[in-house]
Amino acid sequence: MSGIRCRVFVALLFVVLTACPALGAPPIKIGALFSITGPASFLGEPERNTAQMVVDEINRAGGIGGRTLELVTYDTQGDATKAVQAATRLIKEDKVVAIIGPSTTGDTMAVIPLVEKAQIPLVSCAAGIKITEPVKKWVFKTAQNDSLAVARIYEQLKKQKISRIAVLTVSDSFGSSGREQLTAQAKSYGIQIITDETYGPKDTDMTAQLTKIRGTQAQAIVCWGTNPGPAIIARNVKQLGLNIPLYMSHGVSSKKFIELAGDAADGIILPSGRVLVANLLPNSDPQKKNLQKFVKDYQLRYKAEGDHFGGHAWDAVMLLKDAIERGGDSPAGIREQLEQTRNFMGIGGIYNYSAQDHAGLTKDAFVLVEVKEKGWALVK
Amino acid sequence: METASQIVQYLLSGLSTGAIYALIGLGFAVIYNATGIINFAQGEFVMLGGMLTLFFLAEMKLPLVPAVMLAILSSTAVGIAFERLAIRPLRNATPLRLVIITIGASILIRGQAMLLWGKDTHALPPFSGNDPLEIAGATILPQHLWIFAVTLLIIIASRLFFHYSIAGKAMRACAYNPRAAGLVGIDVRQMVLFSFVISSAIGSMAGIIVAPLTMTSYDVGGLLGLKGFCAAIIGGMSSGIGTVIGGLLLGILESLGAGLISASYKDAIAFIILLVILFVRPEGVFKKTETERV
Repeated sequence: MSGIRCRVFVALLFVVLTACPALGAPPIKIGALFSITGPASFLGEPERNTAQMVVDEINRAGGIGGRTLELVTYDTQGDATKAVQAATRLIKEDKVVAIIGPSTTGDTMAVIPLVEKAQIPLVSCAAGIKITEPVKKWVFKTAQNDSLAVARIYEQLKKQKISRIAVLTVSDSFGSSGREQLTAQAKSYGIQIITDETYGPKDTDMTAQLTKIRGTQAQAIVCWGTNPGPAIIARNVKQLGLNIPLYMSHGVSSKKFIELAGDAADGIILPSGRVLVANLLPNSDPQKKNLQKFVKDYQLRYKAEGDHFGGHAWDAVMLLKDAIERGGDSPAGIREQLEQTRNFMGIGGIYNYSAQDHAGLTKDAFVLVEVKEKGWALVK
Repeated sequence: METASQIVQYLLSGLSTGAIYALIGLGFAVIYNATGIINFAQGEFVMLGGMLTLFFLAEMKLPLVPAVMLAILSSTAVGIAFERLAIRPLRNATPLRLVIITIGASILIRGQAMLLWGKDTHALPPFSGNDPLEIAGATILPQHLWIFAVTLLIIIASRLFFHYSIAGKAMRACAYNPRAAGLVGIDVRQMVLFSFVISSAIGSMAGIIVAPLTMTSYDVGGLLGLKGFCAAIIGGMSSGIGTVIGGLLLGILESLGAGLISASYKDAIAFIILLVILFVRPEGVFKKTETERV
């Protein structure tokens, strides 16, 4: 009896040992900084989940050149000081070859001097335009610039012959960046912002601002914020019976927004990464295959909708994998190869990095979607 | 005409937010009068009201009325547990220590709610439809009527309770002079517990009726609590009409400020009012020289 048990044990041991593909070769360490808790957790949580999922997947498929990837993740809590501490730890103690994240523009700007000095490539998941403008040697990013989303909306407004708009933005960094871009680009699209209102991230009633907008000649409202504010605005617009089109930002491109705004979401148009409408895309869309796989995998593992925030992390990990496969695992080699990335089919768009462009996307990274009967429809 | 209807809209929006502030402020005042402490966990009862209703509705699949009842009951139970576990064992502590304990309790309750229900914002379905009603060129939702009605009911009920019931009168006695109240046979500790029951119930009700409009999440308590505190200060910490008027005033000023001046100053307006009152009339705007404080 004990002989059998012993043999089973040996067999199990054998299985365990061979299941580990690269026993012996040390893993390739990649650092990750996400705001998993705190006010920006809606970014960091799906990003952390996605990054872990993608790394596990790569390892299951045999790693990169026989070596496994190891993801070292720290929580920045959306706090720049903590982000800097964590980045220092990743560089000095964990000795990672590259870092993905942080999730927010503030955190990213805070760690940039560190990675530049330590010469470690950073692939940020934040959207702020100043991360890659001007270009910094070691810093890349995957999230779409706000300016691209604004361009998408203005293009549509121009098509609809709308020239006078009201702008309603949230008074946090996301909203003020949107507001900046909305003001800066208005002229080139022949659009006039006739009233420029803001609201606080924790405000619970925006009828005052909307009543003010109702008294103006605005032909459309463009609202820039993240949940729950825009959902309240959508409800307030319906309450006040304002019948001009309402445009939102990509900050609310998730099912959650429709859930919160309810019937009031109907007819709202917003720019979004393709991930939201993966199944609606024509089969000719080159990103479709990756998008559907990401959505399916995420659903399977986390029982939640994969969103475009998670997509930023997907892109970051896969871009790194791509670069390591081509140029080895030295930080300098990874940076070199990241910059050579061409036509990478990501979740956020099709990436083309170059020495002059470390953001890598065009406004085609966004599609316009309309909320229809609690779901999304592509705006042609 | 256009401006007139705009003003009406600002006033109505302000009144409905103000009513919520008033209810939260009442919760502050009731506890303050019974114990002399400011309960900074008051906002968390508002959050609990909304989140628990959602929990009973969505997860337990209960109909609206039992869900609301259960939510009020459970928030009240939390209020009782809070008094029993954190306030009563320290009855001889200074008010400052107790105030700090309430801040701790508020962080604890908020954290628990986050762990239990996650960080997402949730919407409650409106109690009766979502079709806007028009009043003098302004529009409100049926839910606003609910807010006005419930606020009015609570004000009347608390008035009746404090002036015509034995328990209410006993609580007022404790507010005047706990020592003397004890001497005439009023169980002061019981009254303190009672004040927590009342204020957590009122707080959770405020959270429930406002959630269909403003949505709810684990962290709504903080700012709402602060606004309610503001209302109570304007009202001179009275648990009567003073705090109610304080809340309504605050709501209307915020809404007018956002509409006529700039929304960026909305919160600033509220807190400037608070500061001015604390400097000029620390005893509250509506406080006469000799009024009761219950």
